[in-house]
Amino acid sequence: MAYSKELLEHYENPRNVGALDKTDASVGTGLVGAPACGDVMKLQIRVGKDGLIEDAKFKTFGCGSAIASSSLATEWIKGKSIDEAETIKNTQIAQHLSLPPVKIHCSVLAEDAIKAAIRDYREKNGVAPKKAEAAE
Amino acid sequence: MKIDTALKTGANKPHLPIYLDYQATTPTDPRVVEKMLPYFTEKFGNPHSRNHEYGWEAEEAVEIARAQVASIIGADPREVIFTSGATESNNIAIKGVMRFHKDRRSHMITVVTEHKCVLESARHLEMEGVEVTFLPVRQNGLVDLDALRRAITDRTALVSVMAVNNEIGVIQPLKEIGALCREKSAYFHTDAAQAVGKIAIDVNAMNIDLLSVSGHKIYGPKGIGALYVRRKPRVRLEALIHGGGQERGFRSGTLPTPLCVGLGEACAIAEREMGAEAERLRFLRDRLLKGIEDGLPEVYVNGDLESRIPGNLNVSFAYVEGEGLMMGIKSLSVSSGSACTSASLEPSYVLRALGVEEELAHTSIRFGLGRFTTEQDIDYAIEQVVSAVRRLRELSPLWEMAQEGIDIKSIQWAEH
Repeated sequence: MAYSKELLEHYENPRNVGALDKTDASVGTGLVGAPACGDVMKLQIRVGKDGLIEDAKFKTFGCGSAIASSSLATEWIKGKSIDEAETIKNTQIAQHLSLPPVKIHCSVLAEDAIKAAIRDYREKNGVAPKKAEAAE
Repeated sequence: MKIDTALKTGANKPHLPIYLDYQATTPTDPRVVEKMLPYFTEKFGNPHSRNHEYGWEAEEAVEIARAQVASIIGADPREVIFTSGATESNNIAIKGVMRFHKDRRSHMITVVTEHKCVLESARHLEMEGVEVTFLPVRQNGLVDLDALRRAITDRTALVSVMAVNNEIGVIQPLKEIGALCREKSAYFHTDAAQAVGKIAIDVNAMNIDLLSVSGHKIYGPKGIGALYVRRKPRVRLEALIHGGGQERGFRSGTLPTPLCVGLGEACAIAEREMGAEAERLRFLRDRLLKGIEDGLPEVYVNGDLESRIPGNLNVSFAYVEGEGLMMGIKSLSVSSGSACTSASLEPSYVLRALGVEEELAHTSIRFGLGRFTTEQDIDYAIEQVVSAVRRLRELSPLWEMAQEGIDIKSIQWAEH
């Protein structure tokens, strides 16, 4: 598969690989995907007292597109508030990495991972979202 | 550690990229190309032209090639017809036999791990009223002979079992299958594309009635293959391609003289060199496996290691996805059973048929070694694979969980 320069850059030099202590109250952990599908992403955020994401880490089991999408996601959410981070759309990730059509679902999973991490943080800290969430 | 030092100094780095996908295709042996060349521009006659020197010399070359193909499988040259490749040969064998016989015998048997051209031909025949049994395989990839025996009825016209599987390289028990088919009066067809020139084949000792040969799997040119069709007892079949009646009426069309010459020469070389080549490949393959296993835990070989052609190694690297891994070893040309590498996003059906769990199927890589693979290639490949897998395991949440002692199977994964 012919991948874009941006994608290859994230694959060769992924940003923010690692783990945060998931028992820490300021850490939100999102785990999405399934091994049977060949795609699993774990994305963690540490949220500061000011409500901004001060650190983000990821680990991914998946193809080059999946690794790049999750790496990019952690780069983008650092420094944002959790409400802002929640607005990141998979289409933005896909466009930045020039994902081929058959790999778009990797960017969807990355968007899900961000939301899952935020949801976990909110549940742990009893923080309600600014807007009412659609499905709860 | 030896690998880390070599990585730093680049000691093993050979000519890149290294080709390790010999089951996908092979380079045409230069000796074969040399034999083919005169038939493009000098001896270019139509081998079916009866009336002049150009035709006669082309015909002579084709007949020599035919005999070379027959020789490597223990057949009579009159039993060999040229085709455009093993896909066509498989289509002729399966559709041709079943269409001829289906009024009296309308059942055929094949195996779930067959190449797509066999499976799709069989499925197509189902629409024509043929009943098809798709036999499962055991965990090692081999056909269960008792299951086959139970499946054959007096309405079975044909049993089709590939000699060597393209993904996992396992060798089916041809002699036993042939004996069983002969006992029950069913034709035995085998797709031998990955077997010819790699293991000894004797159509008589193995009671084979039809056999498919592929040129580009044995260092011959692409675009040519052959089909062996037994004469005694005679195999009756309906042709797929009609025309001037060439190739005993089984396959009309002007024979491509240079391609036929190429296939013949490839078979002749393979027959001569098969023994020594097999030994060399086994040494290299075992070295590759040992190097990988020494450097990495949780590496699983897919398919039987004993009943397997020496040039194939198909392994799963737990917790690391196949396409991602292939990107990390771009100086090696290999293939994977992962869904991400297939256009349909489905993981390898062959690995699934072995009972390999889906997540392990996503982590599989197929290494195909061949005639031009060197020891240096292997040592370099070991370094590349070990370092890439280590790096990707550091990135993998599944590896992290496994290290923490979490049972991954116990987790409720949210499907998306």
